[in-house]
Amino acid sequence: MAGPPLKAGSMVDGYRLDERIHRGSMATIWRVTRPGADGGPLAMKIPLLDEYETPAPIIGFEVESMILPTLSGPHVPRFVAAADFSSQPYLVMEFLDCPSLRARLERLPIEPAEVAAIGARVATALHDVHRQGVIHHDVKPSNVMFRPSGEAVLIDFGLARHDRLPDLHAEELRVPVGTGPYISPEQIRRTRNDPRSDLFGLGVVLYHLSTGKRPFGNPTTLHGLRRRFYRDPVPPRSLDPAYPPWLQEIVLRCLEVDPAGRYETAAQLAFELQHPDGVRRTARAERTSRDSLWTVGRRYLRSLGVEPDLRQSAARQLSRAPIVVVAIDLAQDSEALNDALRHAARRILEAATGARLACVTVLKTSIFGMDDPVDEEGRNRHVQGLIGLEHWARPLRLPQGRVTYHVLEAPDPGSAILDFANASNSDQILIGSRGSSTLRRYLGSVSSQVVASSECTVTVVKARTEIAADRTTAKKDASGS
Amino acid sequence: MLTALYADIHANQEALAACLARADALGAGRHVFLGDHVGYGPDPAEVLDTIAARVERGGIAVAGNHDRAAIEVPGGRMTDSARLAIEWTQRQLEKRHRDFLDGMPLTVQEAGRLYVHANAWAPEKWEYITSAYDAARSMRATPCRWTFCGHVHTPGLYHMTEDGRTTAFAPAPGVRIPLSRRRRWLAIPGSVGQPRDGNPAACVALLEENTLHLTFLRVPYDTEAAARRIRASGLPAELGARLVSGT
Repeated sequence: MAGPPLKAGSMVDGYRLDERIHRGSMATIWRVTRPGADGGPLAMKIPLLDEYETPAPIIGFEVESMILPTLSGPHVPRFVAAADFSSQPYLVMEFLDCPSLRARLERLPIEPAEVAAIGARVATALHDVHRQGVIHHDVKPSNVMFRPSGEAVLIDFGLARHDRLPDLHAEELRVPVGTGPYISPEQIRRTRNDPRSDLFGLGVVLYHLSTGKRPFGNPTTLHGLRRRFYRDPVPPRSLDPAYPPWLQEIVLRCLEVDPAGRYETAAQLAFELQHPDGVRRTARAERTSRDSLWTVGRRYLRSLGVEPDLRQSAARQLSRAPIVVVAIDLAQDSEALNDALRHAARRILEAATGARLACVTVLKTSIFGMDDPVDEEGRNRHVQGLIGLEHWARPLRLPQGRVTYHVLEAPDPGSAILDFANASNSDQILIGSRGSSTLRRYLGSVSSQVVASSECTVTVVKARTEIAADRTTAKKDASGS
Repeated sequence: MLTALYADIHANQEALAACLARADALGAGRHVFLGDHVGYGPDPAEVLDTIAARVERGGIAVAGNHDRAAIEVPGGRMTDSARLAIEWTQRQLEKRHRDFLDGMPLTVQEAGRLYVHANAWAPEKWEYITSAYDAARSMRATPCRWTFCGHVHTPGLYHMTEDGRTTAFAPAPGVRIPLSRRRRWLAIPGSVGQPRDGNPAACVALLEENTLHLTFLRVPYDTEAAARRIRASGLPAELGARLVSGT
């Protein structure tokens, strides 16, 4: 199987190797072109077969060959071709001519606002992959790249797990599958079915970027890895008193030992990073010292009896915790429609116990952007909007952290709602629709615009009583004219 | 080449027709029948004629324990309803059916694939594969890298590394699963004519021979009609009820 050594200019199955761009412990990556075919350079990954004693590079290659073709979208390299071990094994994919996050490690720490922006983009990419049933299991700076358009791209799916494909790493019973500084506690215990493992990895990255230090160092022994089961990281605020409490809240929550203590989904994490003002702060946010030895000792004892949940999967976790955007038209003061919207929201919250509501209203501005921020009675429109949204949500009695309020200002409410829903990785939009008023006939309906262009599920809510009343009025109008 | 795999049809023509129609629509060029074509169900003659026609056009059929029992003197270990069904089945078969069953092999090997009804370690003893341990035993007993079998009426997939570590996987319907050449695989498509995993829809699997992708499928069919015909033919009523509940 070991043919002549590969060098620049060699041909592999019609691809010409142009330049070796990476040599890792598992594989080499070449920039290649396909002479005679359209299109620019591609990347070819070739597993290292010399190191036969350790099967890890081979299993990693098999896993990536299995999973990458099932993934699509801007947050993964586009799959092109693969060849298995019957001849020269390789994987050809999109060539990403952009920097990895690793380049940023040279100048640390990074400002909190920028860390949040980076984190939100990586979390959005993770959510997109989780939505496709895949857990990455190796989130670290060298596995994150950024497209010129800004989107994060996750590379190297060699340790990944697909909900609906056999997990070849499950056969490996001896050593935990992951990278020392970033591996989650449950991965160390060989649990590979929880997408929140990737939030732990991202938490380590965010801690490192924002403090310049790794929260758990770089352990190389199993004993060293296991320390994170019980020993909590140094709170960033004890390293730098100016470290913002909201960021500490987010980062330490990602690093919780129990996945249930972290964010429910990467989308919810991205949402928090995008809206620091709305972060619900707990004692975590202000902490300036590590836990006492007493607490650490108790945690150690508890860590000995943890059982994995065999039914867990990326799809299951995501279905438990959707982000639901509720679009509320405060200008149309319709109690019946508001009630109907609340009823629909309540049903979702009851079925999905980790669901999160983002209540949105749009202040319509003129396209010239010359609007007065204050209404005729001198009240701030934005503040009025927030008050109206909170009033709408109050009967739902949601704890803080499961609901947020957003007043958008835009000339076109439909586009504003759609943009917000896309940026929040939302799973569903709830929007009210009124009866067929004359005004609607002329201006078109916001709900139908949202239905037509949304990337997620849209539920259009109607108030039956109101529509019945409208019909009666319409009949009267018709008979009167 | 797309090959469709059918196991444990159990004389259920309604279910078989639904699976064949689905496989044909998806472009299956070849059909492999993994045994227990008869027994329990009301259509042994019709099912065997259907299989024989597909085998004539390049298909493969291996024999299961019910197929053997249908041409032997009653006896051996069988539940009461299974024995009643076999005695009833024997009365339905004509000479061409008995000859077809009599000439049917227990195993067929081709291009690294083994087709067998129960297991590879003793195909004639009909022991079940219900765990990764059993699956490993079977995979070790054959030089073939891929084993396809039936006998247990629940879809399943096992994979084994070169050094023998074996893992069980519960396949979801409709997902293309690559069966890498670097390990061994044992796939159980599940039962066409009498599924027992709580889902009454018939099971069939499709193998893309060139790329080695396996897709498990579930095909709904009129189980009530099949149950009515079981009752009408004088077979034990419980055999019809279990088709409706899928247990």
